[in-house]
Amino acid sequence: MKFDTPATTNPIDQLKVVGQPLDRVDGPLKTSGTAPYAYERHDVVANQAYGYVVGAAIAKGRITGMALDAARAAPGVITIVTAETAGKLDKGKRNAATLFGGPEVEHYHQAVALVVAESFEQARAAAQLVQVDYAKAEGAYDLAAAKQAGVEPSEGSPDQKVGDFEAAFAAAPVQFDRTYTTPDQSHAMMEPHASIAAWEGDKVTVWTSNQMVDWATTDLAQTLGLPKEQVRIVSPYIGGGFGGKLFLRADTLLAALGARAAKRPVKVALTRPMMANNTTHRPATIQRIRFGAGRDGKLTAIAHESWSGNLPGGEPEDAIQQSRLLYAGANRLTGNRLATLDLPEGNAMRAPGETPGLMALEIAMDEMAEQLGLDPIEFRVRNDTQVDPANPDRPFSQRQLIECLRQGAERFGWDKRATKPGSRREGRWLVGIGVAAGFRNSMSMPSGARVRLDAAGVVTVETDMTDIGTGSYTIIAQTAAEMMGVGMDKVVVRLGDSSFPVSAGSGGQWGANSSTAGVYAACVKLREAVAQKLGFNSADTAFADGQVRAGNRSAPLGQAAGEGGLVAEDTIEYGDLAKQYQQSTFAGHFVEVAVDAATGEVRVRRMLAVCAAGRILNPKSARSQVIGAMTMGVGGALMEELAVDKRHGFFVNHDLATYEVPVHADIPHQEVVFLEEADATSSPMKAKGVGELGLCGVGAAVANAIHNATGLRVREYPITLDKLLDRLPDAA
Amino acid sequence: MSHVSFTVNGERRQLDIDTRTTLLDALREHLHLTGSKKGCDHGQCGACTALVNGRRINTCLSLAVMHEGDEVTTIEGLGKPGDLHPMQAAFVKHDGYQCGYCTPGQICSSVAVLKEIEAGIPSHVSADLNAKPGVTAEEIRERMSGNICRCGAYSNIVEAISEVAGSQA
Ligand code: FES
Ligand code: FES
Repeated sequence: MKFDTPATTNPIDQLKVVGQPLDRVDGPLKTSGTAPYAYERHDVVANQAYGYVVGAAIAKGRITGMALDAARAAPGVITIVTAETAGKLDKGKRNAATLFGGPEVEHYHQAVALVVAESFEQARAAAQLVQVDYAKAEGAYDLAAAKQAGVEPSEGSPDQKVGDFEAAFAAAPVQFDRTYTTPDQSHAMMEPHASIAAWEGDKVTVWTSNQMVDWATTDLAQTLGLPKEQVRIVSPYIGGGFGGKLFLRADTLLAALGARAAKRPVKVALTRPMMANNTTHRPATIQRIRFGAGRDGKLTAIAHESWSGNLPGGEPEDAIQQSRLLYAGANRLTGNRLATLDLPEGNAMRAPGETPGLMALEIAMDEMAEQLGLDPIEFRVRNDTQVDPANPDRPFSQRQLIECLRQGAERFGWDKRATKPGSRREGRWLVGIGVAAGFRNSMSMPSGARVRLDAAGVVTVETDMTDIGTGSYTIIAQTAAEMMGVGMDKVVVRLGDSSFPVSAGSGGQWGANSSTAGVYAACVKLREAVAQKLGFNSADTAFADGQVRAGNRSAPLGQAAGEGGLVAEDTIEYGDLAKQYQQSTFAGHFVEVAVDAATGEVRVRRMLAVCAAGRILNPKSARSQVIGAMTMGVGGALMEELAVDKRHGFFVNHDLATYEVPVHADIPHQEVVFLEEADATSSPMKAKGVGELGLCGVGAAVANAIHNATGLRVREYPITLDKLLDRLPDAA
Repeated sequence: MSHVSFTVNGERRQLDIDTRTTLLDALREHLHLTGSKKGCDHGQCGACTALVNGRRINTCLSLAVMHEGDEVTTIEGLGKPGDLHPMQAAFVKHDGYQCGYCTPGQICSSVAVLKEIEAGIPSHVSADLNAKPGVTAEEIRERMSGNICRCGAYSNIVEAISEVAGSQA
């Protein structure tokens, strides 16, 4: 189905099932420990051996020798695979560094060997006996030092100039120029990367944990030099991804290589301490923001420049994207600069670009409002735009940012905010509230699905879409139930298998809208097939309560399927509506913090997000996406930072004890409000995405609340207490 | 190799097992009870939490052979689809999970937390170490802080636990 004109009324608009806050269909499995994750598939193939990954102990250089004899002779060892013995390997186009290093080492903890043994304990013990000699090379590990050599990258947003920024900035009565930094961050999803691989002749099946089944299939095939048809990827349950499982990673490749060498199935999980350096991370940024404004509070000049680093072939952290679209202003300058760094590969983490971009931009907006003597919400309202500022003929499909901020202000008690920072004191606590705008583009991706109908009236959906905690199983079931007029108990959803039609996958907050639109398309075809089978006129056939009706004729849905069943398959594709309209999602994020006046400890007390993000397919699971993102936003604001060892080139705090993420005690009750919205330009579902929007802006809202509480600005994330301590107002 | 026998979810189990095998791997790899999750293998995340003799432990930090004669209850022993434990049902109702990987640990932990509060064991946030702690959101959050949820379902988890405890978050 080609979606190229705005949606009109369709069966989804009934909202009998779609839009309802239903419990997740996979809930009973997940809460009882019976949902099978990758490493747990004892059921799929017998005789699994255990692979243990050896990671490079240097960041850059060459392997000069590997002594494997001791490891080979260790109890239980079946085989050891290295790049030398693995045979010729190509590289998937989505990987910057190769997944199996040697002799060249491109980053610390790059996999350099896989030890396969009968048991996990034996593989682990033998892996310690692998002796690797290296010739270390000089590397670049310090973004601030490498920044000057940064170049305009070929990927990410190209430089954009609108009007004449320099002249407008120079002429502006009120000017602002500040630099912000955001650190490297780790996805730190709870399920480590894991795969089980089994070969049958020259065909390999890998049960794994991957957000994008088709990308993994394509890239594993390419890396192994196999036709894609000989690779099957299965990933029905994923213990979190956040972008860290978008791509083929070492566990999958090494399980396949290990299984080929061992001539039996092999399972591989990355250990927790390997994850931060072996896999990808969100790259650090340095961002310079300049504003020029009139005394009326209207921006006349906006510049946002961002520097980040990556391995050769890697992409920049595109932190300037939102600054092209979020606020009006006739003269604009935005661009990325990318430096070469020899740290592990930087890549997408939840809302890549906008997360760090808004962490900087939305502090800058707060600072500029203060400089202008304006309320931060009023300042944002004055600079709202309903069109793409670079192209005024291109409106936003929908943009309720002002409504998000106003409603949020009212619900959160914004009028009680102390206008003088540092002036609200409750015992030992300095209390403040902060706001930030949330913004994330809504992208649509082609997405396919197959739907089967059987004689019992059961509808089975198959698509390679994944559920990474997002609720895909549930919203896909809701979509099929709505379309076919059956209850949720008559729908079966099967996901995450490359033998199913290729879907949008889970990334970029496009999954919900795109994958359900694909299911919609397939169901439209199934409805036609049903009508035809029953001899009904398809145009006026209604599907409800398990019945099919046209005029005064009616039949049970299952009757159309007959004994052979009916199958329909389709893919949603898009015309140029996304070009005609800027499709984005918006939020107002509100945070209250209390800062210990003596220690600088920050406690988040209240949080609210008001979101405008198209039709909400399931308010319960969508709300969870948002609160989870808000939680990650608190982490980014207050604690998350991969500490770079600038001499040896690696992330030092590479486990969950040292890379701190929010825990229960850090997070208060969270409120989420979804504004009424249905975006007819997005897809027949009229939905957009919320999973990343919930994160975008939260960090700055926390930072702005800290400023409101203490009067202190911290422009280097995370805002740890050492950055406040010596500047706190007199604790007395 | 060493012999160990213990009870898991009410069933007597015997294993001849590598002395290096953790209780977590004994459950997951040998008994195929994969409900207990491995998030870190280092006692840093709580995903492997199960109940041993009624108390919650990180099963990754304990060797299987140390559990001779013990009674182990895993998430599978609390309830099953169609017959969920009240805590499991409350997690479903309050959407106290997303990816589900930390969830069995959260649920085992929360069942034990309510018992710890009931038994009068104080926590870091208990104002009076001699008084019986209340089932407040603050107590729950403090006691659950060894169970990381990177999906960030905390707000909902606390509501689920509070409901089971019969109090409001
Ligand atoms: S797996 Fe045991 S605490 Fe993380
Ligand atoms: S539900 Fe994913 S980590 Fe908690």
